[in-house]
Amino acid sequence: MMVSELMKVEDDKARASLPEAIVRYIESVRSCEHGESYLIAVLHKVQEHFGYLDMRQMSAVSQLMQIPSAKVTGVASFYHFFTFVPRGKHKLAICLGTACFVKGAGQVLDKIKELLRVDVGHTTKDQLFSLDVARCVGACALAPVLIVDEKVYANVKPDDVARILEEYGFAAKK
Amino acid sequence: MATPMEQLLERRRNAKFHLFRDKFSADVRITVGSATCENAAGSEAVRRRFQELLDQHKPKHVVIGNVGCSGKCDMEPVVLIVRPGELPVKYVHMTPERVDEVFAEHVLNGRQVEKYTMRHEAGMPAADRVISVCEGAHCRAQSSEIQKAFRESLAAAGLAEKVVVTPSACQGLCAAGPVAYVYPDDVMYQHVTPEVAARIVNEHLVGDRPCSDHIWQESRVTNRFAPLYSDVYFFGKQLRITLRNCGVIDPESLDEYLAVRGYEAAVTAMTTMTPMDVINAITKSGLRGRGGGGFPTGVKWNFAASQASDTKYIICNADEGDPGAFMDRSTIEGDPHTIVEGMILAGYAIGAKRGFVYIRAEYSLAIKRIEKAIEDARAAGFLGKGIFGTACDFDIEIRLGAGAFVCGEETALIHSIEGERGQPRPRPPYPAVIGLWGKPTVINNVETMANLPAILLDGPEWFASIGTARSKGTKVFALAGKVKNTGLVEVPMGTTLRQVVFDVGGGILNGKRFKAVQTGGPAGGCMPESALDTPVDYDSLMAAGSIMGSGGMIVIDEDSCMVDMARYFLDFTQDESCGKCTPCREGTKRMLEILNRITSGRGVEGDVEKLLRLGDTIKKTSLCGLGQAAPNPVLSTINHFRAEYDAHIREKRCQAGVCTALLSYTIDPEKCVGCGACAKKCPVNCIKGQPKSVYVIDGVRCIRCGNCFKACKFNAVQRK
Repeated sequence: MMVSELMKVEDDKARASLPEAIVRYIESVRSCEHGESYLIAVLHKVQEHFGYLDMRQMSAVSQLMQIPSAKVTGVASFYHFFTFVPRGKHKLAICLGTACFVKGAGQVLDKIKELLRVDVGHTTKDQLFSLDVARCVGACALAPVLIVDEKVYANVKPDDVARILEEYGFAAKK
Repeated sequence: MATPMEQLLERRRNAKFHLFRDKFSADVRITVGSATCENAAGSEAVRRRFQELLDQHKPKHVVIGNVGCSGKCDMEPVVLIVRPGELPVKYVHMTPERVDEVFAEHVLNGRQVEKYTMRHEAGMPAADRVISVCEGAHCRAQSSEIQKAFRESLAAAGLAEKVVVTPSACQGLCAAGPVAYVYPDDVMYQHVTPEVAARIVNEHLVGDRPCSDHIWQESRVTNRFAPLYSDVYFFGKQLRITLRNCGVIDPESLDEYLAVRGYEAAVTAMTTMTPMDVINAITKSGLRGRGGGGFPTGVKWNFAASQASDTKYIICNADEGDPGAFMDRSTIEGDPHTIVEGMILAGYAIGAKRGFVYIRAEYSLAIKRIEKAIEDARAAGFLGKGIFGTACDFDIEIRLGAGAFVCGEETALIHSIEGERGQPRPRPPYPAVIGLWGKPTVINNVETMANLPAILLDGPEWFASIGTARSKGTKVFALAGKVKNTGLVEVPMGTTLRQVVFDVGGGILNGKRFKAVQTGGPAGGCMPESALDTPVDYDSLMAAGSIMGSGGMIVIDEDSCMVDMARYFLDFTQDESCGKCTPCREGTKRMLEILNRITSGRGVEGDVEKLLRLGDTIKKTSLCGLGQAAPNPVLSTINHFRAEYDAHIREKRCQAGVCTALLSYTIDPEKCVGCGACAKKCPVNCIKGQPKSVYVIDGVRCIRCGNCFKACKFNAVQRK
């Protein structure tokens, strides 16, 4: 096979692993000046679509943007916003900004870890919850703040955690 | 062909016409706060309920609109109701149920629901009028005399119950000072003396004839909305330049921004000033970068402007990463066009045709609002080719951050926009010389940008008259933590920390004791009570061992452990260290290990000295600002709270009761009444005893959760 044919095979494979809208976006930015600078924007779109980044999608981005996959992985792993672990059905984020911390968010986090037996950045075995630490969400007056999916719970105390999780299908093991 | 300024004024006339027709002529205007924090507090449900009621009752001439955050965070959601000829009323802590009541009483029948108003909530006396007397640096000497004269004249006129006299912060009208403002009449008096005060009471308040010879007649873009803030007690202690439109105009409406002299500064600059004139004006104003470093903005621009390159860039840094800071988010959510206009001005000054807003991906509402502002400005011909009908091109693009604190550092931010890992590089060359894609680049923070239009409209001399000798203008702080009034406050430079925490912030929550105030986020320091009279300006804070930073201000009370605080900040910076240079990458790790050891009860003699030595080395040898500042929280807490470190290490005791590993719980047999409440709450069943006899905690099995401590009503459970 010619190099150009090989490229086409690889390109087609890459196209197949990404949604069409993202493929189109990559093609549109590649023609811009400094096209490679849109790598982070592309990764945002991929994560928004899949909920996380895996090797297959990152290789596809690397192929379509013609950026070495070492760099794609390097950039993706550098920034906190990107995750390589599939997220749970519900995404928990406990804010550990200074205001939340001063008002006891650490104890709330401990309680969540204890109840769900899951560490920060991971997903429960039943895939129901994933746990993250949010940086300040700017709702400092409501501290401590727990965010479940899009909903914000204000002034959360460790004793409230079980009740909040139950709203999302958590059943405490007796 | 109309000139750019004529075109802009025509647009403004149209905007005002539309606004008046659709909004301001209404009998009742309802505005609901709409910002990330407001929404989190439930403002969307409040707005929906109003809409349902409006659809149901279809009252004539009632309009509802959104505004950004007014900064009164602890009272959100906030609703403002304006009826012509009446005081604007702000309702706080609104819920759909309260909306029903307010709608039935106030909107339909014109009767205020007193118990939900901000004034009532703040515990302020009901009054028909408020007179606020400036207490800023220029007016301070005469202020108390004037206030006294007002009070005496009011008492003599029998108005003592009806008019409240209150001090206010510098109002930025120093040349006209001392000034006094009569609310809600919206009259500002200048050159007030005790004699003039007596005249104001007799002629204006009693006789309804304002003393015209002392009325301040000029117009400023700042402080025009004093009546609409509707809470002189909270807002009167502030001076709003950056936040001049936040919480007042609809952030998604270009018309409303135009109506408040929006884009006038940009058009004036581009048609009547050379780029050098603009740079000189900003230099003269004394504006310093609000992102934390405090570098003079005009000087930075001058570096970039003097580079011979046909391509230059402007970057607005909105990657607000400090935990506990939300000034930039609120500014963008409340007044996004100001940022667009600021960037146009900066672009014109240095000769850049492209600008970037680098913003945190987590700030979804702020992103949406700045995107809309950019689109609207582009559609109006304010961005793109030949903006405002001049020969200049300028356009703005948004780039999302992805969660890296180090990107607050200029060279790291530039790498991130280039699509690389956000790691810093040594400076010089500075970005103003070699920046984005190797071209001269100026990076300014959101707050810096927001100041620019106000400086050009109200004049650099005016701006330079506010603040201290070397720090001009105001600073916005995100006041949070254990303080009564949390929220965004904008105060003149030189205001003391004590004034911010106790006057504006209202003091400590729940009657607890003040311990420290933390400024500058993870790069700053904790200042104890003895440093409370430090004025807020770049140099004084630096001298006191902290930094101005971007504006997070967290109040800490006796319930927080300072060693744990230091550990918290170091945990953050250690996690955020980009790993490029060794002192920061390894040094912060080692410091964190020592702090973890101390807070878990394994600290040894000499640990504090090790922290001091390591901290000093990291500060001196790190490549960028992140590493150079990372030890600050540790060093400042050792400096001011050494006794807490020593207690942790020598006595294995945490005074604040935060470091659980150091706590032990026992039951005082003298006080125990044998009720058994503690044993019921114990999750590990380590409390044994019989009802009516003394209970005992098994210290070995105890997990130190503190449940028994909270459960005991007789203070018999002791925590040490």
